[in-house]
Amino acid sequence: MATLEVLDIHSFYGSIEAVKGVSLTVEEGEIVTLIGANGAGKTTTLNTISGIIKPRQGRILLSGQDITPLPPHEIVALGICQAPEGRRIFTRLTVLENLEMGAFLRRDKDGVKRDLEHVFALFPRLAERRHQLGGTLSGGEQQMLAIGRALMARPRILLLDEPSMGLAPLLVREIFRIIREINAQGTTILLVEQNAHMALSIANRAYVLQGGRVVLSGTAQEIRHNPEVRRAYLGEVS
Amino acid sequence: MRKRAPLDLTRSVITAIGVTLLAYVCLRAALTVVRGSYSATTYASQLIFGLAQGGIYALVALGYTLVYGILFMINFAHGEIFMGGTYVGYFVIDACARSGLLAQKPGLALILTAITAMATSVTMAVLLERVAYRPLRRAPRLVPLITAIGASLFYQYSFRGLFGTTVKVYPDVSLHVGRIDLISGRYSIGSLTVRPVYFVVFGMAVVLMAGLYILIQRTKLGKAMRAVAEDKDTAALMGIDVDKVIVATFALGAALAGAAGVMYALYNKQVTHTMGFIPGIKAFTAAVLGGIGNIPGAMLGGLVLGVVEATFPTLLGMDVQLKDVLAFGVLVLVLIFRPTGILGEVLSRKRA
Ligand SMILES: Nc1ncnc2c1ncn2[C@@H]1O[C@H](COP(=O)(O)OP(=O)(O)OP(=O)(O)O)[C@@H](O)[C@H]1O
Ligand SMILES: [Mg+2]
Repeated sequence: MATLEVLDIHSFYGSIEAVKGVSLTVEEGEIVTLIGANGAGKTTTLNTISGIIKPRQGRILLSGQDITPLPPHEIVALGICQAPEGRRIFTRLTVLENLEMGAFLRRDKDGVKRDLEHVFALFPRLAERRHQLGGTLSGGEQQMLAIGRALMARPRILLLDEPSMGLAPLLVREIFRIIREINAQGTTILLVEQNAHMALSIANRAYVLQGGRVVLSGTAQEIRHNPEVRRAYLGEVS
Repeated sequence: MRKRAPLDLTRSVITAIGVTLLAYVCLRAALTVVRGSYSATTYASQLIFGLAQGGIYALVALGYTLVYGILFMINFAHGEIFMGGTYVGYFVIDACARSGLLAQKPGLALILTAITAMATSVTMAVLLERVAYRPLRRAPRLVPLITAIGASLFYQYSFRGLFGTTVKVYPDVSLHVGRIDLISGRYSIGSLTVRPVYFVVFGMAVVLMAGLYILIQRTKLGKAMRAVAEDKDTAALMGIDVDKVIVATFALGAALAGAAGVMYALYNKQVTHTMGFIPGIKAFTAAVLGGIGNIPGAMLGGLVLGVVEATFPTLLGMDVQLKDVLAFGVLVLVLIFRPTGILGEVLSRKRA
C-alpha cells in the first residue's frame, strides 16, 4: 500500500508556475529522494505536501485519504512532518522548547518524554544545550535541532529539505548516518537534496526534478548510473 | 563610506537636539528640587498615582505589543476594546448598586463587573480579528492600519448609537479590609493624603502582568505564541494552528484591557463612548517607549509613562494641563537615543 501519493500537482507563486505537474509516490518504510538543481521546485513540492502552498491542480493522498485541502496543522496530525529548508528553528525559544513545539499536537506525555530522550540520544550535542536559545546554536547544531524537532511529532513520513546544506563534510556524513538510522527505526522519509551523491547512496528510489517537472525516476541504483545524472548532478566530466 | 555621510550628519543633529533637551529637562528638574518649591509628600503622592496610572497603561500597552509581536500590525482599535469592557462593566456594577449587592458583597460585585468587562473586550477583539483583520493578513501593511482606524470609529459610534452620549458614572464602592476602605478611602499620614485605591490598582496590575509573563514563558500556548510570532509557516509545519494562536493573542490582550478598564473606572469614574481614545494613545505610546513587540518593554513603558506624566509637570514647573505634551516629549526623547524603545531589539535582527 502506498503511503504518500502526489498526483500531478501544479503549484504557483502568483502567476509563476513553480511546480508543473509533479507526480511521485513514497511507499511505507522507504527513503525516497528528490534531487534537482536550484529552482527546480523541490521545496515547493515539499511545501505543497505539507499544505503551506495549495496546488492549483492535482491531489495529494495519504494512505488513500485526500489531504490536499487540509490546513498544515491537520496534515501534521495525520503524520507528515517537515524539517524545512534553512532549518528555520525558533531562535528565541530554547532547544528544549523547540523540541516541544515539534510535539505540539501530541497528548501522550510519556511518549513525548521517551522521544525526547531518543532525540537527545541521537544528538547528544542538543542534550548539553537544552536550555540554550536556538539562535545561539551553530549551523550544524541547528540542523540537528530541526531534524530532532520534526521527529518529536513522531511522523509516519518525515520530509527533509536539504539537511546537509552548509555543513562540513564530516557533519554531512553524520547527518546522513542519522537519517538512515531514523529510517531503520520505522520512519518513512522523503529527502530533498542538492548533495545527490549522498542522497542516492542512502535512498531506495529517486526522482529527478527539472524546471518544475519530474524528468527521471527509478531506483537509486538506476539513477546513480544514469549518464545524464552523472554529468549534471554527480559532477562527472564526460 | 562616503554615501553614508549625510545620514551620519542628520543623526548627529538629532542627537545634539536630544542632548540639549535632556540637559534642559535635568536642569529644570534639579532647580525645582533644589529650590524646594514642593515638599517630598507632593512627589510621593504623585509617584503613587503615577504607578497606578502606569499600571493601567502597561496593561493596555500589552494588548498593542502582543498583537504587534505576532502580526506586525498596530491594532488602533485597542483603545475601543478598553472602552467597551469598561462601558458594559458599568451596566453590571450599576445593577449591583441598585440591587444592593454592591453594598452587601462589594468584592463579588467587583469580580462580576470585571468578568463581564473582560468577556466584552474579548468578544469585541475576537470579532474584530475575524471580520476585519484576518482577511487582510496578506495585504500591504497600510491596509490593516486604515481598517483598524475604521474599526475604532465603528466601535465608538456603535456604543454611542446603542447607549447614547450621556456620561455614565461608576457608583462609589466601599470595600473594607479591617478599618481601611480599599476603594473609596482617603487617609492622612502626616501631610500626605493616601488613597489605597492606587495601591490596589497598581498591585492588581502587577499581578496580572506576572500572570501574563508566566503564561507566555511556561505554558504550551505561550510557547506557541512565541513560535508563531517568530515564524508562522514553520509553526504551522509543527502542527500549530496559527489562526487559533492569533485569536488567543487578541483575546489575551483584550482580557487585560477589559480588566484595566474596570480598574481605571474605580478612580476615573466617568464612562463615555470616547473614553478609550486618550488611554489608548497613551498605552500605544508606552508600548513604543518600551519597544513595540517586547512584552517586558510594554510593562516598563507603561509604568515609566505613568510616573513621568504624574511627576514631570511639577518637576519641570509646568502646568498640569501640559502632561500629555510631556508624555509625548519623553517618547521623542527616548526614541532619539534608542530608536527601538527602551527594551526593543535592534530592528535588523528581526526578520523583515
Ligand atoms: N516565494 C516565492 N515567490 C516567488 N517565486 C518563488 C518563491 N519561492 C520559490 N519561487 C520560485 O519557484 C521556483 C522553484 O523554487 P523552489 O524553492 O521550489 O526550488 P528548489 O528546487 O527548492 O531550489 P533550491 O535547491 O535552490 O532550494 C524557483 O524558480 C523560484 O524562483
Ligand atoms: Mg529548496
